[in-house]
Amino acid sequence: MKPFTYQRVRSPAEAVAAFGRNKNAKFIAGGTNLLDLMKLQIEAPSHLIDVNGLALDKIEMTPDGGLRIGALVRNTDLAAHPRVRRDYAVLARALLAGASGQLRNRATTAGNLLQRTRCPYFYDTNQPCNKRQPGSGCAAIGGFSRQLAVIGSSQACIATHPSDMAVALRVLDAVVETVKTGGVTRQINIRDFYRLPGDTPHIETNLADGELITAVVLPRPVEGKHGYRKVRDRASYAFALVSVASIISRDGSGKVALGGVAHMPWRNETAEAQLPKGAKAVAENLLSDAKPTEHNAFKITLAERALASAISEAKG
Amino acid sequence: MTKPSEIELSRRQLLAATGASVAAATYPSAVAAQASTQTPSTARVSFTVNNTVRKLEVDTRTTLLDALRENLRLPGTKKGCDHGQCGACTVIVDGKRINSCLSLAVMHEGGKITTVEGLGNPKRLHPMQAAFVKHDGFQCGFCTPGQICSAVAVLDEIKAGIPSHVAADLNAAPQISNAELRERMSGNICRCGAYSNIVDAITEVAGRKA
Repeated sequence: MKPFTYQRVRSPAEAVAAFGRNKNAKFIAGGTNLLDLMKLQIEAPSHLIDVNGLALDKIEMTPDGGLRIGALVRNTDLAAHPRVRRDYAVLARALLAGASGQLRNRATTAGNLLQRTRCPYFYDTNQPCNKRQPGSGCAAIGGFSRQLAVIGSSQACIATHPSDMAVALRVLDAVVETVKTGGVTRQINIRDFYRLPGDTPHIETNLADGELITAVVLPRPVEGKHGYRKVRDRASYAFALVSVASIISRDGSGKVALGGVAHMPWRNETAEAQLPKGAKAVAENLLSDAKPTEHNAFKITLAERALASAISEAKG
Repeated sequence: MTKPSEIELSRRQLLAATGASVAAATYPSAVAAQASTQTPSTARVSFTVNNTVRKLEVDTRTTLLDALRENLRLPGTKKGCDHGQCGACTVIVDGKRINSCLSLAVMHEGGKITTVEGLGNPKRLHPMQAAFVKHDGFQCGFCTPGQICSAVAVLDEIKAGIPSHVAADLNAAPQISNAELRERMSGNICRCGAYSNIVDAITEVAGRKA
């Protein structure tokens, strides 16, 4: 790791002010991904702002019957929360399908959203990577791309977003609350939170520099059967090849989003309208623009089958 | 004449000394380059380790794992991958198991840390340690301290009603089963493949508690 100075802060205002005073600073909460990347010098902040003392670790009802999840709520605590288990099971299921018990005990809600790709070429500092070093090229294109994106990718990057939680938040139409320098707050729909790689794959979200996530807000619970179907290379503790977050009503209509296929959770409301017609109709529409590599073309078939499984489970 | 005990080096001291000289010989330019960009920063931190208050001044880069092993000389906690993938470094912090390699020492001000040394010792084994011995829950033993810390915390997690990926019903109280223990222990890798014996050891301790 490169040397860095370290400071603890006590309020969101203090956190964003500290960021303003320090060039090349990073917020640290759980640290489970940031420290991993700092050891490889893929991230090399010169100042760390520890936000663990910010008291953003509560889960509260909102006036309209939804739920406000503090940015620092740990993944374990969010998955175990009685209301999340009962009314937002897709979220509890997605969280429990991710990482290991040890990591979920540390990882936070905001940190989970901001974790970076596990593309092996992003991690291998001997390889060119436009996400790690803009303009250096992409070793994944033409490389070993079995895990990587099949849709929404670009000539510059075919990385996927690794979060399971974010896929569930996408079908739940969650809203991300933030604060930035000067105390300016805003709400970003999860739909508009992530970016496609385009020719700037190093810019992954629409957050401004130094903007701090304070909470994630869920709207009122949606009727229907919640599910999270994750397909991976081993039964536990592995990233998704394909995952499906679903909320499906009795009449067969509902909401679905895919994980493991793109630079962001993949959802499309037109495709979703095909749900009563079955998995094939949804998959054809949802993945019509897919450009898989020879190594990951299987994900197209896998996505359709995972959707079929989600639909049949909902009927069951 | 020098007594043999004065020149004897333990295997650990020898390895530590050799490691340091190899590092110095191989990476002088990297060390120099780092020093030229930014000088290391230190910070004070105080936390409780195995019921004893410890005060340290560490380089801010020091992980909790390195603070335990190198600064506090508690080498029971192991460094496997150092990237949160193997679980060998698992310790219990404020009642929860975490990967100590993916946490900075300075982030644990006022924290309460339990390592394998704090669970038991050869004269007074923790029930989980005794069960691992009885069921042969290891071969080489390198992952064992992490497995044991993880296992102790897993039983507390089940008791607290925290659900897992294999729960058929998210709202029901989790039960001790082979499937539950395998899923909950998936963050601890054992390259000798002692998994079935590890599950037997945990199952026995869980039964005794119930």
